[in-house]
Amino acid sequence: MYEIVEKKILSNNVKLLKIKAPLVANKAQAGQFIILRINEKGERIPLTIADSDKKIGTVSIIFLEVGKTTKQLGQLKVGDTLENFAGPLGQPSEIKKYGTVVCVGGGVGIAPLYPIVRALKQAGNHVISILGAKTKDLLLLEKEIQQFSDEFYIATDDGTKGHKGFVSDVLQQIIDTKKQVHLVMAIGPIIMMKVVSDLTRKYHIKTLVSLNPIMVDGTGMCGGCRVIIDGTTKFACVDGPEFDGHKVDYGNLMLRNRRFVHEEGDACRLAGVQ
Amino acid sequence: MSVRKTKHEMPEQPPQERIKNFKEVPYGYSKEIAIEEAKRCLQCKNKPCMKGCPVEIDIPGFVACVAQGDFEKAAEIIKAKNNLPAISGRVCPYEEQCEGECTLKKMGEPLGIGRLERFIADYERDHGKKMVKKLHPSGKKIAVVGSGPAGLTCAGDLAKMGHHVVLFEALHDPGGVLMYGIPEFRLPKAIVKSEVEYIKNLGVDIQYDVVVGKTITVDELMSEYDAVFIGTGAGLPSWLNIPGESLDGVYSANEFLTRVNMMKAYKFPDYDTPVKIGKIVATFGAGNVAMDCARTALRLGAEKSYILYRRTEAEMPARIEEIHHAKQEGVIFKLLTNPLRFIGDDKGILKQVEFLHMELGEPDESGRRRPVPIPGSEETMAIDTALIAIGQSPNPLIPHTVKGLKVGKHGNIITDDEGRTSIPGLFAGGDIASGAATVILAMGAGKRAARAIDAYLKEKK
Repeated sequence: MYEIVEKKILSNNVKLLKIKAPLVANKAQAGQFIILRINEKGERIPLTIADSDKKIGTVSIIFLEVGKTTKQLGQLKVGDTLENFAGPLGQPSEIKKYGTVVCVGGGVGIAPLYPIVRALKQAGNHVISILGAKTKDLLLLEKEIQQFSDEFYIATDDGTKGHKGFVSDVLQQIIDTKKQVHLVMAIGPIIMMKVVSDLTRKYHIKTLVSLNPIMVDGTGMCGGCRVIIDGTTKFACVDGPEFDGHKVDYGNLMLRNRRFVHEEGDACRLAGVQ
Repeated sequence: MSVRKTKHEMPEQPPQERIKNFKEVPYGYSKEIAIEEAKRCLQCKNKPCMKGCPVEIDIPGFVACVAQGDFEKAAEIIKAKNNLPAISGRVCPYEEQCEGECTLKKMGEPLGIGRLERFIADYERDHGKKMVKKLHPSGKKIAVVGSGPAGLTCAGDLAKMGHHVVLFEALHDPGGVLMYGIPEFRLPKAIVKSEVEYIKNLGVDIQYDVVVGKTITVDELMSEYDAVFIGTGAGLPSWLNIPGESLDGVYSANEFLTRVNMMKAYKFPDYDTPVKIGKIVATFGAGNVAMDCARTALRLGAEKSYILYRRTEAEMPARIEEIHHAKQEGVIFKLLTNPLRFIGDDKGILKQVEFLHMELGEPDESGRRRPVPIPGSEETMAIDTALIAIGQSPNPLIPHTVKGLKVGKHGNIITDDEGRTSIPGLFAGGDIASGAATVILAMGAGKRAARAIDAYLKEKK
C-alpha cells in the first residue's frame, strides 16, 4: 500500500499527488514513469513521474482526469492509499550537455517535462522553455519551470497569456532568430508532438518526444503499448517512452490510443464519474 | 485379477454449458473413483513413472496411499517433492512425462497419475491442515526474482532447507504465468493463491511491485543477499511481422490473456480493465497458449473462434487434452494456412486477414514436415480480433542489465543443469534460461537450482 502524503489541485481537472514510495523514489530519473492501480478491481495505468525526492521517499504524479481511473484518483485524499505503485519504468531521458535545448510542453505534458528541464539545466545547457495550453488557467508549473529556464515562453490557444496560438509558432520564431538549437524535447498531446517534429525535421534539429500509449503490465510483456518507430515495432514501456520524434508513426499511435474509448465511457457512466 | 484397461474418466462441465462461464472444466475425481483408479497401479519395482517426473515425486508411494484411502499420507509424500501439486496436477503434460512411462500403457491407458495428484492436492486443501516442516534457520538470505512456477518452487524448497527467502514480483499478484497466462477455466486463480499461501507459510516473504532491473538491480540484490535466483520467465511476445499487426483488434496472446485472467476483463465493468473481441476471433498458433486464447474468446461471447495454423493437427504443439477440449467447445481449426497481412478500415480497425494455403513438404531440422505455400491460394476472411499466439521469448529486462552475465542468442540466461549462471552466487531457471517451455519443467529447474544454491551456501561457509 502506498500512501498519498500531499495533494494539490493545479487546475479544475489536473491534480498532483505525492505518493510515499521509497524504492521508486530512490531510482526515479527524469523521463521515467510508474504504473499504479488504485484498488483490487482497478486497472493498471502508466503516469510519467513529475518529481521525486529520495530523502523523504516520495514520487509526484500529475494527471488530467480523462477516464474512470484518473477521475477516481482525483477524488482521493491525503492519507488514502493506492494498492500498487511500481517503477520507475522505461528508459530515463539522456541528460548531458547538448548546448541549446528547447523544451516544449503542452497541457498535462508540461508535468513530465519539469524534471527534464531541471536536469538539462543542471547539466549546463542553455534551456529555452515553451509551455502551451488552451487557456491560461490550464497552464501548469510555470514558476517551477521558469526557474530552471534561461528563456521562457508561453502560448495559449485563446491568447489569455503569452503568444496567442500554438507552441510551434513560438518554436518557429526561436529557430528563425537563433543560430543553432541542438535539441528539442517535446511532451504533450500527440498532435502537438507531431507538429513540433514536422517543424524541426525541416531544420534537421534532433527532437525527442515522450509517448504515452495504452499499457497493461509496463514491463515488456503484453505489447499493448507497441508503437511504430521508423517502420519497426517498439514497446514504449521498455524501449521508450522517449523516441526520436522524426521517426514516430503518430497516426498509428492516435488510432491505437482510441482502442477502448467506448469501454472507458461506459465505465465512467456506470461509476458515476463523468 | 484383471486390471481395468482405461483410466477412470474425470467428470467435467458439458461443452455447451462451459463456454458460457469461466469455471473450471473438469470437476476432479471423487474419493471413490480416486481409490479405484489408484488400485490400477502395478507398483512396478523399477518405478518407470518417476523417471518421467521433473520434480521427482515418489509416484508409486503416493498412489499406494491413495489406494488405501490414506490421503493425508499421500499428500505428505507429494509435498515432500512438489510444492505446487494442485497446479501441476492441472497443467502438467503427464502423457509425455510420468504417464508416458507407465507400464499400464502396454495394455491400454496409463494410470491417471495427473488426476490422482490433482485429487490429493485438492483433498488436502479442502480437508488437511497445511503441513509445514521447517529446519532451524540457516542464517542465510536468498533473493528469488519472479513468482512464477520456477521462482515459487525454488523459494519453497530453499525455505524448507531453513533459508530466509525474499521473493520479488514485478506485478501485483503472485504466480507469473499461472496468474496472467493460464485461464481460470483451466487453472482457477483461487487455487494458485492457495498454493502461494503454502509457500508463504513456509516463511517466504513476497514483495510485489518490485521490477528487478528497475526498482532494484540484480547487483544490489547480489550485495545484499547470499545468493540470487532469477526466474523471470518468457514474457516477451513474438509477432508474425506481417503488415497490419498494429491495427486496433490485434492483440498479443499475452496482452489478451493478461487482460482477461489477471485483470479480470471478463468481469468488466465490475473490474476496470476492458477487452473487446467482436464476433469473429482468429488465433494464430497452435500451442497451449493458442488453445487458451481460442477457448477464452468463446467464453467472452465470440460467435466464431478460429485457430489458424500453418501445419496440420499432428504437428500442433498443444497438449492433446487442450486440443480435444477446444474442439468440443466448437473452436474451428483452419489448418495449413499462413497469414500474409491484416487489413483494416480507414479508422485503423481490423476487418480482415489475408492468408495463404499451405501443403506439407520435406521434413525440416525439427523433424516436422515443412509447410510450403500453394501458389495462388490467397484467401481473405472477415475477422474482428486477431490473437497472436506464436510463442514468447525470455524477458529481456534482467539479461540486459547485469554485467558479466552470459546470455544466449535467444536472450536466455545461460546456465548449467543446476541453474548456475556465469556469475558465482547468481542462479537462474525456468523459461528465462530454457526459453518458453512448460510449468513443470520450470518447477523442476527451480528445484534443482534450490539444491545447487544450498550446496553453494554450504561451500561458501
